[in-house]
Formats: sequence, C-alpha cells, structure tokens
Amino acid sequence: MKHYLDISNVGIEVKTDSGPFRALQDVNLKIDKGEFISLIGHSGCGKSTVLNIVAGLYGATEGGVILEGREVDEPGPDRAVVFQNHALLPWLSVYENVALAVREVFKGRKTRSEMRDWVEHNLALVHMSHALHKMPHEISGGMKQRVGIARGLAMEPKVLLMDEPFGALDALTRAHLQDSLMEIQNDLDNTVIMITHDVDEAVLLSDRIVMMTNGPAAGIGEVLDVDLPRPRHRLELAEDAHYNRIRQQVLKFLYEKQRNPASAAVENQAQGEAKNSENRDGVAGDDRKDDEAA
Amino acid sequence: MTSATTASKSPFWRLFLTGMPSQAWISRQAKNLALPLVGILVFLLLWQAAASNIETSLGQFPGPAAVWEQSHNLVDEYQQARQKEAAFYERQYERRDKILAEDPDAAVRIFDYPGKPTFFDQIVTSLYTVMFGFLVATLIAVPLGVVCGLSETLYRAINPLIQVFKPVSPLAWLPLVTMVVSALYISDDPMFDKSFLTSAFTVTLCCLWPTVINTAVGVAGIDKDLVNVSRVIRLPALKHVQKVVLPSAIPMIFTGLRLSLATGWMVLIAAEMLAQNPGLGKFIWDEFQNGSSNSLGRIMVAVIVIGFIGFLLDIIMLAVQRRVSWDKNAVLR
Repeated sequence: MKHYLDISNVGIEVKTDSGPFRALQDVNLKIDKGEFISLIGHSGCGKSTVLNIVAGLYGATEGGVILEGREVDEPGPDRAVVFQNHALLPWLSVYENVALAVREVFKGRKTRSEMRDWVEHNLALVHMSHALHKMPHEISGGMKQRVGIARGLAMEPKVLLMDEPFGALDALTRAHLQDSLMEIQNDLDNTVIMITHDVDEAVLLSDRIVMMTNGPAAGIGEVLDVDLPRPRHRLELAEDAHYNRIRQQVLKFLYEKQRNPASAAVENQAQGEAKNSENRDGVAGDDRKDDEAA
Repeated sequence: MTSATTASKSPFWRLFLTGMPSQAWISRQAKNLALPLVGILVFLLLWQAAASNIETSLGQFPGPAAVWEQSHNLVDEYQQARQKEAAFYERQYERRDKILAEDPDAAVRIFDYPGKPTFFDQIVTSLYTVMFGFLVATLIAVPLGVVCGLSETLYRAINPLIQVFKPVSPLAWLPLVTMVVSALYISDDPMFDKSFLTSAFTVTLCCLWPTVINTAVGVAGIDKDLVNVSRVIRLPALKHVQKVVLPSAIPMIFTGLRLSLATGWMVLIAAEMLAQNPGLGKFIWDEFQNGSSNSLGRIMVAVIVIGFIGFLLDIIMLAVQRRVSWDKNAVLR
C-alpha cells in the first residue's frame, strides 16, 4: 500500500575529525494523511535529525523520504517547519512575518487581498488577531510561538513539522498552546510530525508515538498507537485508566529500556536540574498539576 | 521636566520653594553636566600651563586664549573674503550691464572670483571629499562583505588579500592613486578636479576594509533558524539578502561603517597635507609653511575643528543607525 509520507531506510553518517560518526540508522516510518505523529526520545537521539531530513534541511546519507510520490531533496513550503525558538524575523511585525511566507508561497495563486485575508485568517486561528502589528520583542514567548505556528499553517503544508514547539515555554502557556493546537487540528486535520520531550504532550496530541533509541546509530525503538477518542480533554484524561496506561508505557520505554547513559552517570545531579531537557519527563507529574490548575 | 525620576517626592518647583535640591537631583546633574565641564576646565588649565612653557621658533606655543583669538580672526577673514567676492561680482555685473546697454548683442564673460580659499571653504572641501570617498567605499564594501559572509569559499579566497591590504597606510597608496588618476581621468570638461579624486580615492582605500570585514562577520553570524525559515519558504537569493541577511547584519555593518568613516577622516587630512590637495590638511600645511607668529594658533584652531567634525560625523552615523536599525532597544554608543 502506498503511504502519504514514506521514510525508508534513512541513515546519516557525519564525518568528524575522529572518523565517521553514525548518527542515525535504518529509520523506517510510514505516515498516513491526517495523522499526528510524535517523536520522543532522549536528548541527542536524533529526533531533530529525522525532522530536518523530512524538511529537506539535511540530506540523508542513505535511504530517502517520499512525500505523495515525490522524493524530498530540498526544503520547501509543502513541509513547513515550526522551530523551537519561534524563529520570527525580529525586524518584521507579527503580520509581516506571516505575510512574508504567504507572499512567497502563494505568488501568482492568490490576489493581494486574498493573501491579506489568508494571513489574518491564520493569525486568528492561533488567537493572535489582537496583535497583528506588534513586533516580536513586544509579545510574550507563548505568543511568538503562536505566530510561528500560524506561519507554518499559512503555508498550507502537506506535512507540518514541529521541532519541540512548546519546549521553551512554561507549563501553563504550554497547556494553552496544546489546547489551541488540538482545536486547530480538529478543524484542519493536518498531517503533523512533532518532536517533544514531554510524555503528557505526546499522549495528549498524537495518533501514534514514535519512540527513538539512544545514539550513536539511533533508530526507532517502538511505535505506540494512541487510540484515545477525540476530542480529548486534559482534565478528563488525567483520571482515565487507558490514558495512564499509555503514559506508563512511554515512561517505561524512556526510563527502563532506553535509560540515557549520560543521565545515569550523573543521576543525582540531574535530579536537581530536573527542569532541564531530557529529565523534564521525570517531573511530568508536576507539569500535570500545573495543567490542571490551568 | 529634568528632575522627573524623583518627581513624586521632589518636583522641579520644590527647588524654588525650599531652595534645597534633593540629593539625587544634585548627583544626577553632577554626572550629566558638571563632570564633563570639570574635565574640560582641567584640560584648559593644563594646556595653558604647558603652552606658556614652550617657546618655539614661531613664538610661544598658543594657549587657549590665543587659539580663541585666532578663531575670531579666521571668522573675520572669511567674512572679508565674502565681501570682496560679492564686490568683485558686483563690479562685473555693472560693467556687463553698461556694455549691454550700448550693444545688446555683445558677449560678456563673467570671471570667477580668484581669491584664495578661506578656512571655511577648506572645511567644506574636506567634508565633501570625505563623504564622496566614504560613499564609494560603502558601495563597494557592503556588497563585497555580504558576498564574503554568505560564501565561505569566497571568504577564504579573499581573506588573505584583505588581511594584507588592511594594515597598509593609505598614504602609501597616495602616489600610486595620484598617478593612476592623472593617467586615466582625462576629460576636456572634467566634472571633478584631479586633486579631489586623488584625495577621495585615498579615503576610499582605507574605508573599505573595516566595512568589508564587519559586514562579512555580521552576515556569517546570522541565526541559522532564520536562514532555515528562508530556505523553507524558498525565498529567492536576492530577496533572501534583502529581507533576512541585511536586516540581521545591520548592527555589524554600522560598526564597520563608523570605523571606516573615522579612519577615513583621519587619513584625508594627512592626504591633503601630503598631496597639497585643497582641504583642511592643505590649510594646516600652508599655515606651517607661512610661519607667521599666528600660524600655530591657527593650526590649533584647525586641530580642534577637525576633532569636532570627526565627532559630529560619528553622531550623524549613530543617528542614521538608529533610523535604519530594527532593534530600537539596543544601546548604541
């Protein structure tokens, strides 16, 4: 059967001064149209590399990516990327940031006024209509990420690629943005690949969770179907036994089967810095409390 | 209201009511105004003391008072020259009107005023020359820097040349520039004087490098995520430079431009002295050769004016940067 997005046998080898380093090996993933996929794994396991290969920003050394029957060989708006640090151009207003992309992508396909409506429509989707002409430094981190998402959506991508979109945000803001994203996803039914460190986020948003093994030569460890009915509500799910079972499975994979060797060595220290990177999931329970408060 | 920070406790008018300015107000005023004034005063005293102890073959080294007097003389000379010039043209016009009254078809030539340029004419010439040389340098250096910053290959190819030419004093180029300009710039009705072009191109040669290097560094240091955004939306190369590269490199470009203009201004004076091209440098050289008892004072006036103009040029560049830069919160100094 032909799949919408087909990642087959992708591997990447980087030449370093101390010989070749194999970062990624034999990544195979078939994704259907409208699926929401999360990539989860410890830091440095190559999640971002997979995403960047699909985006066309990196070239794979072996294997390849086929999207709707066409091979991916360069970046393009049909695979819009939402970056972790929003990557808004600081010299352009909120509106202009989205408009820059829209003008380029829909050149010759939309009239001027259609483009303007389309930019405003996408900013309305992420609830940013009130700040169209603000500059990025005038709005909060969460708002910047909303604009980043609007810019991605506005390109009408075949696949929306999100690289830890909420990683730099505080727990409350993150919960709000997750809800917004689910709302948008209900309407638009986009195909999405999202990288995350957050187990709750992965379970709440995804149709499937792809768990990656640790590098070097990282690959896909397990794929978990999240068969929770939609629309999902974080408050109801918190007490849902099935939800908790799925969560448990992901945690088990991350902390028993794929215990990060680096974090095992400095475990005591890492406990103290639990807010950082891969140990974020260690305090997922705390995050959840915050979410409920929201 | 200048005392705004403590406004709620001690408004400005409290000074008049109580006669007792607040502690904070005094210390702030001291910082803003008094300290620089004290610095200048101490400098003037030291200058006066040192000057009265230096005896040269052209008389005593000028102190602040002598320089002040000479600055007045220079203004007077300028005004006299203007009056003479006006009178000169007035006479010619009268003569022409008289001739035309007798014979309406007569061709009457109006001669240019042949007087020697005054101090202020030389200032204008120098400013005009430095701006021309600086503009030519900017037009070359910014695009070159952008290309070098974008392409590491090209940067590696050009970098040795930049590093070798950068430390060369432009005055070493001066004889070569002079000869090349006289050889290549041949025209019956020249738009520019050859001496002007020589000075300007010497300025250009030294203005190039700081701008090229800083622009290249600024362009190479652009945030990778922003470049990726541009790749994802497939901005064409020129639009990429215009919308993404240039705005993000603006602070570094201006750092380079300000360095360039400052060195350009310094070099111009030296070039004018050496090549006898009109401008402030020539004014100083002429005064030195003239060797009257007033010469040193007049040269000192020129020195101070050169300093102020250099300072002013930098302020203008800062103002331009403020206008052009997107980062209105950046502290510019």
